[in-house]
Amino acid sequence: MTLTPIVEVVGLRKSYRGLRVLDGVDLSIEAGRILALLGPNGSGKTTTVGILSTLRRPDAGRVRVAGFDVVAQPDGVRSVISLTGQFTAVDELLTGRENLRMMARLHRLPGREIASRVADSLSRFGLTEAADRRAGSYSGGMRRRLDLAIGVLSKPRVLFLDEPTTGLDPHSRREVWRAVTELAAQGVAVLLTTQYLEEADQLADRVAVLNDGRIIAEGTPAELKRLVGADLVEVRYADGTLRRVPTDGTIPGLQAILADLAAQDARVTSVAVRPPSMDDVFLQLTGRPTAAAAREEVAA
Amino acid sequence: MTTAYVRRRPVSDSMVMVGRSVRHAWRNGDSLVLGVVLPVMILVLFTVVFGGALDTGGVDYVDYVVPGIILLCSGYGASTTAISVTKDMTEGIVDRFRTMTVTGSAVLFGHVAASLLRNLVSTALVVVTAVVLGFRPAAGPVEWLAVAGVVVLFVLAMSWLAAMVGLLTKTVDAAASMSFFMLFLPYASSAFVPIETMPGWLQPVARHQPVTPVIEAMRGWLSGGDVGGDGWVAVAWCVGILVAAVVGSALLWRRSTRD
Repeated sequence: MTLTPIVEVVGLRKSYRGLRVLDGVDLSIEAGRILALLGPNGSGKTTTVGILSTLRRPDAGRVRVAGFDVVAQPDGVRSVISLTGQFTAVDELLTGRENLRMMARLHRLPGREIASRVADSLSRFGLTEAADRRAGSYSGGMRRRLDLAIGVLSKPRVLFLDEPTTGLDPHSRREVWRAVTELAAQGVAVLLTTQYLEEADQLADRVAVLNDGRIIAEGTPAELKRLVGADLVEVRYADGTLRRVPTDGTIPGLQAILADLAAQDARVTSVAVRPPSMDDVFLQLTGRPTAAAAREEVAA
Repeated sequence: MTTAYVRRRPVSDSMVMVGRSVRHAWRNGDSLVLGVVLPVMILVLFTVVFGGALDTGGVDYVDYVVPGIILLCSGYGASTTAISVTKDMTEGIVDRFRTMTVTGSAVLFGHVAASLLRNLVSTALVVVTAVVLGFRPAAGPVEWLAVAGVVVLFVLAMSWLAAMVGLLTKTVDAAASMSFFMLFLPYASSAFVPIETMPGWLQPVARHQPVTPVIEAMRGWLSGGDVGGDGWVAVAWCVGILVAAVVGSALLWRRSTRD
């Protein structure tokens, strides 16, 4: 049986002051699935999430969420979604509990359920102990968790997460990942944007790679990585040039590459074996590195 | 096409937002200082320090200056409101409200209502302190009611103006500095010194700006006297500013939600 998608995006276009930000984006997500929208800064990720969550209007294309059209029935869309933006939207002067209680009232949860729902959310996101402290005193990870707790209080069917782990330490990042996986297991459809291939790999059922407003590749994380190959051997020469050699992931393959390198005359300053990164995917798909990677190489 | 799936509830949303903004007022150290400590300090400063040197034509200076202090304080309150609005607009929480079936503009009502409450507390403090310093108004209940009414109207007008400034500015610093012009108006009015003592070119400006009729009306009522046309001119100014600021805020709010 094939699942009907709960989020359907067809031919989405958006320009700002003549600058094309989205140039025909197609996406679909089924209930209980996680789609990662992977792309560098400026690729159109936040704009996409903004349109899907009714904050921005598309110039062209069709976007339906749970059967509601984002342009014609924005309130219908709003009744089934939740957005956790790039900047945490918690109220710093209120405590964690007060933040949740305020949102519960705005979501019109029945008065007698509010206290228990809020307490449940706090414990689920590991915030019970900090519940009565002001959110302004929370660490970055705690704020993100509160932000997520607020986001899922209304039991949304679709969750939009815009770079949910940017700026978090590895421990907090794993906590956010766990929370997102649990939500998907309960049937929530998740669209998350990320700059990290690793994050997409860990969380997503499918990954869509966005570059310059177009989806340039889509597939499971495994399919995507197969495009790039297995681990890479990164060789830095004495003259500063950098070379990446894809391996086939086997020891004999690696030995052959190293033997090749040893036979060369050029002076090598370092050799490293590493898994493919977001930049490698981009290099492979677009023929050019991401802007950040390009800067790094110039500096090196 | 059915729209039965959600019903917006602007009134209950506004109540939640008012609760939020009032909590903010209590917890935000700046707004507490601006709303409680500063009004008392300014009153003491004007009456005890400056008062002796100012000739207001036989009237005790404390009796003369109380209306001016009340309006000056509402200017300080306005800067707090403008900053709160800018913060909400730039820090992501309004975006969250907009993706919910919440009447987003309830955020503004919350800030304005909290501003009104803050200012009423400041006003009460100013009046009590003034009485301690020798303020003896001759107003009867009707006159007090009129004073309270015009203060509420003035504070509402200033608060909506501040909300508009908050929507207009993109940073908290800009919101703070833009709301300073509201602080300046009372100085160039009959609030602290009689207009006749000002340089000739300034007198018409001082006489025809909104603060002067409000001050004159309040002063008249507090001294138990007749305020003549000042009462209506004061109300007209306040209502005019209020309507302009509410319409301006609504337009700016719509602009900021578009695209």
